[in-house]
Amino acid sequence: MQRHQYDVVIVGAGGAGMRAALESSKRTRTAVLTKLYPTRSHTGAAQGGMCAALANVEEDNWEWHTFDTVKGGDFLVDQDAAEVMCREAVDAVLDLEKMGLPFNRTAEGKIDQRFFGGHTRNHGEAVVRRSCFAADRTGHMILQTLYQQCIKQNVEFFNEFYVLDLLMVDGRSTGVVAYELATGELHIFSAKSVVFASGGFGKVFRTTSNAHTLTGDGMGIVWRKGLPLEDMEFFQFHPTGLAGLGVLLSEAARGEGGILRNKDNERFMERYAPTVKDLAPRDMVARAMANEVREGRGCGPDGAYVMLDLTHLEPAHIDAKLPDITEFARTYLGVEPYTEQIPVFPTAHYAMGGIPTNVKGEALASNDDVIPGLYAAGEVACVSVHGANRLGTNSLLDINVFGRRAGIAAAEYAETAVFEEFPDAPEKFVVDLVEGLRNATGDERVAAIRADLQATMDLNAQVYRTEGSLKQALVDIETLKERFSRVAVQDKGKRFNTDLLEAVELGFLIDLAEVLVVSALARKESRGGHFREDYDKRDDVNFMRHTMAYRELDADGNVNIRLDYKPVVQTRYKPMERKY
Amino acid sequence: MDVKVKILRYNPEVVDEAEWKTYSVTLQPTDRVLDALHKIKWDQDGTLTFRRSCAHGVCGSDAMRINGRNRLACKTLIKDLNPEKEITVEPIKGLPVLKDLVVDMEPFFDAYRSVMPFLVTSGHEPTRERIQSQADRDRFDDTTKCILCAACTTSCPVFWSDGQYFGPQAIVGAHRFIFDSRDEGTEQRLEILNDKEGVWRCRTTFNCTDACPRGIEVTKAIQEVKRALIFRRV
Repeated sequence: MQRHQYDVVIVGAGGAGMRAALESSKRTRTAVLTKLYPTRSHTGAAQGGMCAALANVEEDNWEWHTFDTVKGGDFLVDQDAAEVMCREAVDAVLDLEKMGLPFNRTAEGKIDQRFFGGHTRNHGEAVVRRSCFAADRTGHMILQTLYQQCIKQNVEFFNEFYVLDLLMVDGRSTGVVAYELATGELHIFSAKSVVFASGGFGKVFRTTSNAHTLTGDGMGIVWRKGLPLEDMEFFQFHPTGLAGLGVLLSEAARGEGGILRNKDNERFMERYAPTVKDLAPRDMVARAMANEVREGRGCGPDGAYVMLDLTHLEPAHIDAKLPDITEFARTYLGVEPYTEQIPVFPTAHYAMGGIPTNVKGEALASNDDVIPGLYAAGEVACVSVHGANRLGTNSLLDINVFGRRAGIAAAEYAETAVFEEFPDAPEKFVVDLVEGLRNATGDERVAAIRADLQATMDLNAQVYRTEGSLKQALVDIETLKERFSRVAVQDKGKRFNTDLLEAVELGFLIDLAEVLVVSALARKESRGGHFREDYDKRDDVNFMRHTMAYRELDADGNVNIRLDYKPVVQTRYKPMERKY
Repeated sequence: MDVKVKILRYNPEVVDEAEWKTYSVTLQPTDRVLDALHKIKWDQDGTLTFRRSCAHGVCGSDAMRINGRNRLACKTLIKDLNPEKEITVEPIKGLPVLKDLVVDMEPFFDAYRSVMPFLVTSGHEPTRERIQSQADRDRFDDTTKCILCAACTTSCPVFWSDGQYFGPQAIVGAHRFIFDSRDEGTEQRLEILNDKEGVWRCRTTFNCTDACPRGIEVTKAIQEVKRALIFRRV
């Protein structure tokens, strides 16, 4: 076992982690730990753009962007946080450009901007060109640019180091324990500040745009410490996943003029969102698509999907603006988007919920109390700027604005804090976890349990939910927990044991699926990404509040999930009916 | 359909030499090689080890040698491989194998880091964005697509035979900045590439261009860098 000491330890090297590292490492000694290589992070899969009211191509201002974010989030957004994000968006984009990000350009050589779902001028009047982009690989460019800046700044990375525990002394964060994949060795990192930037947990679902590695590790670690998770019932289903596969096709396809059609070739979004049509927010489009399929207007032999139509766009325009996603359609479905419509269906995409933080990126132990030395940013966190439904492009914005803020706050805290003494054997929890799984002799396999978990979540906790479906999911999860207690791995070695890694990841997924379902059962209303068929209206009287879930042990040592609530911060926008 | 997949296995904890093992897997023609590897790992042999993440060709984790050619396992469909015959899978060449299909990526990333792959500017920063024409932006568009998967570098015979050569990817990484009108580090970067282990080792074999899963014209980019060195002008 090795010991290390850094002022700031950042867990995760996607957009939020590296943006935090660029700030923190300028100020104080910083290490970035990632279970992958930085450039493998899923920020790189983001496509369509990053919104900021630059007003490069038409009139725009950040207040309109704030309004759209609040309305898009079905008024569950903390409005003070949305204001911070949208105001700082302009500098966040300009910072990236100065770091070298190759944005597409206007004829005058400025950063080009395009339409995106839910982004409007003057509070919903019409769609507005707000998304700054680099073809349909904006996330790739952000990830590469941030990594390049980290190279320039000599940021210290520990690649393929899997963080498995957060160390705390008297309610303060004091470091992490990591498992080195290459060797199987444990490393204890003593740190004054710890920043979680480890992404989401889309792998609780079968149909997902998320990478295999997005297993909610950061949320899971914090959860097991008895710290809260906020708004976990809100999961975004992106309308246009490649049918059957879930591979993401950017909303930019519709921003550039793409149209969704049902089996009658009808542009059905005209019925659901007469003003902005195909560019309504994702929750509304995903529900509309699922509804078309349920009512028998789906396409294909089983009527299981709808079509994304780009055939009226010029091939040259498609090549210039949407090269990657059209290649996905060709590679994986054998469809030629110049001449054929592309089969699409909603795919699990983004967790609106996560580790609760304030606008500085400080993690919270309750509604108001900050955990000294602990920070979170990006998808792992819940600020909450996305509320019940995130607008497209606002995640790339979130990681840049709040990654930066968390990096600054973590470094500033480290300048005044001291290193804490650890209690004896700080690695004990991780040793028990890892060696327990390595030496287990049960008859269950990780892949079988994971497949069953994903199947019940797709069936029972997806776009449409009911009390019955959610209760079924809970029953299934209970069974899966029991089966997981009998899981065994086949690889018993130390070196690159990815069999063991997948077992640990599955443990986090099961925990988080349960939090999601328990939170969803209690929210007896429909809001944003959470739609209950048995309570199909938004209920501001009873549910205009964030869910705060806590893991607690009862007297017999059984795990219980306790739900509490937190008020939504409202500043200038009063809740109104959400029409587009 | 039943497909035979022959994989070069190596775990230094257990054996001294790599050895081929053949697995029989039931697959759809539209499945990816990554699906085949997952089926083997999940249903037959949990010790099979490989890297992967996004599973749709953007993260660059799963470059490997499939039927003798460097490709991404997640972007290679079974039907495109003549699945009547055995499909062979082995680690990319020229980097030390750590276990099965996992190689040591550090030498590869070291080469990338050595070419100053970041924007270099001087003077005061503008308050707004730097202006760049669409034509100037287009000049380096191709090389911005690189996902650092190492398929090009580990397909290069010069790289295999000579541990010192930067390899095609590092030159692609440099090209992306050399031809960016906003950048002022070109002189330094060209000096690094003018080194005896730099661009002049390239023998224009075109393996790299064939191997690139992103369709980057790697050899062309290398030729453009050579020309920039000869004429000292980009």
